[in-house]
Amino acid sequence: MTAPFLQVKDLQVSFPTDDGLVRSVNDVSFGVARGETLGIVGESGSGKSVTSLAIMGLLKGAKRSGEIWLDGISLLDASSEEVRKLRGRKMAMIFQDPLSAMHPFYSVGQQIIEAYRIHHRVTKAVARKHAIDMLNRVGIPRPDKRVDDYPHQFSGGMRQRAMIAMALSCDPELLIADEPTTALDVTVQAQILDLIRDLQRDFNTAVILITHDLGVVSELSDNILVMYAGRAAEYASAEDLFTAPEHPYTWGLLGSMPRLDAEPTDRLLQIKGTPPSMINVPAGCAFHPRCPYADLASRTLVPPLTEVAPGHRVACHIPVEERRRIWQHDIRPAVEGGR
Amino acid sequence: MNSFGEGSPGRGQAGRDLVARPMDVVPLEVPPEAPQGETLLEVEALTKHFPAHSGLFKPKQLVKAVDGVSFTVTAGETLGLVGESGCGKTTTGRLLVRLIEPTSGRIVFDGRDITHLRPGQMRPLRRDIQMIFQDPYSSLNPRHTVGAIVGAPFRIQKISTEGGVKKSVQELLELVGLSPEHYNRYPHEFSGGQRQRIGIARTLALKPKLIIADEPVSALDVSIQAQVINLLEDLQDTLGLTYLVIAHDLSVVRHISDRVAVMYLGKIAELGPRKSLYETPMHPYTVALMSAVPIPGPASTKRPKRIRLEGDVPSPLDPPPACPFHTRCWKAQDVCRQIEPPLRELRPGHRVACHFPENAPGDGAAVAGTG
Repeated sequence: MTAPFLQVKDLQVSFPTDDGLVRSVNDVSFGVARGETLGIVGESGSGKSVTSLAIMGLLKGAKRSGEIWLDGISLLDASSEEVRKLRGRKMAMIFQDPLSAMHPFYSVGQQIIEAYRIHHRVTKAVARKHAIDMLNRVGIPRPDKRVDDYPHQFSGGMRQRAMIAMALSCDPELLIADEPTTALDVTVQAQILDLIRDLQRDFNTAVILITHDLGVVSELSDNILVMYAGRAAEYASAEDLFTAPEHPYTWGLLGSMPRLDAEPTDRLLQIKGTPPSMINVPAGCAFHPRCPYADLASRTLVPPLTEVAPGHRVACHIPVEERRRIWQHDIRPAVEGGR
Repeated sequence: MNSFGEGSPGRGQAGRDLVARPMDVVPLEVPPEAPQGETLLEVEALTKHFPAHSGLFKPKQLVKAVDGVSFTVTAGETLGLVGESGCGKTTTGRLLVRLIEPTSGRIVFDGRDITHLRPGQMRPLRRDIQMIFQDPYSSLNPRHTVGAIVGAPFRIQKISTEGGVKKSVQELLELVGLSPEHYNRYPHEFSGGQRQRIGIARTLALKPKLIIADEPVSALDVSIQAQVINLLEDLQDTLGLTYLVIAHDLSVVRHISDRVAVMYLGKIAELGPRKSLYETPMHPYTVALMSAVPIPGPASTKRPKRIRLEGDVPSPLDPPPACPFHTRCWKAQDVCRQIEPPLRELRPGHRVACHFPENAPGDGAAVAGTG
């Protein structure tokens, strides 16, 4: 088996702070093939954004260890100059808030043109034509006029489209989308998700989609990584994660969301407590203070990520049979309600 | 539009009571002690136009943020107000608590017209109408202790309680799931979910009759959202509260509401009992909105066919004439561009402003009389 296009192995990211070393990401491993989408799900502070910034090489002052391989290149060993050449062309990123990710003083067109000309030796006129093509590709009406507009003249959805156009202007082979639709209305969110899906099909891009919304992630993902307090809690195909989730945190996430396709239940299946501060991560399984099934082992030992089925890995001390029984009898009926 | 003010407010007019009791869908969570079926809040043709200064020599324009909205809220129920950004749902909430002045229309609360009450006259009423805000970080004064924040309503309203304000505040903190020992702490020591609980405790201090919650959970993490939603429902059960919940998340609104109003460009597009509205939405906008919500689940999950709405919501500076949705509607015909569809009751308690509604009872029959 050849290694996938992007291979992350035992990634650790830590930040030295006044309060001590903050270990934002611990032993996270995954792979993404061309044309495939990995969804990373987690709450604030789970390390999902730090993981993506670590891949992009956009973390200042952070210590990274482990391995990140992009198309055979080791990103952690590459110089910052080499990584800069990869950004844009090999890998690109879409951020949550397009207004703060774009420069307010330059027109949308200028920003796309600049990015394109860094990687391609072309005249401004050619780059401008390319920028118009890209804006057209992401569905901006009258792109030949709008190319000269400034970011504030675009609506939220159009800004997000423009940022996607910018990210895709050099045909990146890996696209990281960090909460790409969180700031958008649902109808616009649907447009953007459709757009990412179409572009991925056309360009065979590898996509990492980072979100807190299990609905969004299930729209696009082939595989899903659930992160909690900087570690992988569960990693599975989208099919397995929704039909046979095994980590109590995944159950909690599924039960916490009111759903549009089920008869409303009286109470949501809430998770008690709050996500931990990364300065003071609970010992053992970081989820144990919030887990109703925690035992002595959970409080003292970090559970290893163990394969329970092909491609399905879970970090939990509860015995597998017990977990499956709890899901089938207690959790599933509550989550799926009257469906 | 200002001519409503005189005379006794038309509370409980025949046929105006929107809670469709025969339909057995509504009163599930209404506590027995709540005065059921009594109209607590009545809003008629409420309008708010903000002036927009577009330039020295350009004509003065108006942003029609809320444009003739009418609905009622019955004691003990939860009405959900849902819509996308810019639809006027937050402005509506702010108008109801009189944080901003309506341009026209009428607000009747508990039988009393409060539309034009002066701030001094409004103050006693603030005990009865309270608001929960979206952002638990900006809605709590960082330099006040939790005790001072939650105790403020007592001081402002000059209310003395049995056992003193401190005891009442500590009881409130316990009620919302915090510890009484948090009394002397500051907001920055709490997480977002805990802060939202502090805000809810403050809201409950004076036992309000109506709580307007503007995006109460959208700033919170998923697991914390569920906690706060459950808390709001528990409090409603134990205290017999009435909620107006303003939110953009259709799933959240479905979970907590008895009735739901969908807004688009300052107008109500559709209003109905939860079950009826979610199972048989009639306004094309509602149908499109629901089809756009991503549903978590494996690829095999049954998902409604997604209706792609083209473009963006038009600017409220220059809303389309007649039906505001006609520019994006796949069913639009000439009549939609010429005549504004009235909000008509096509099912019991379920009203829709559309010339060509979906899922209409008896299908095409509903179109008659609009041409």
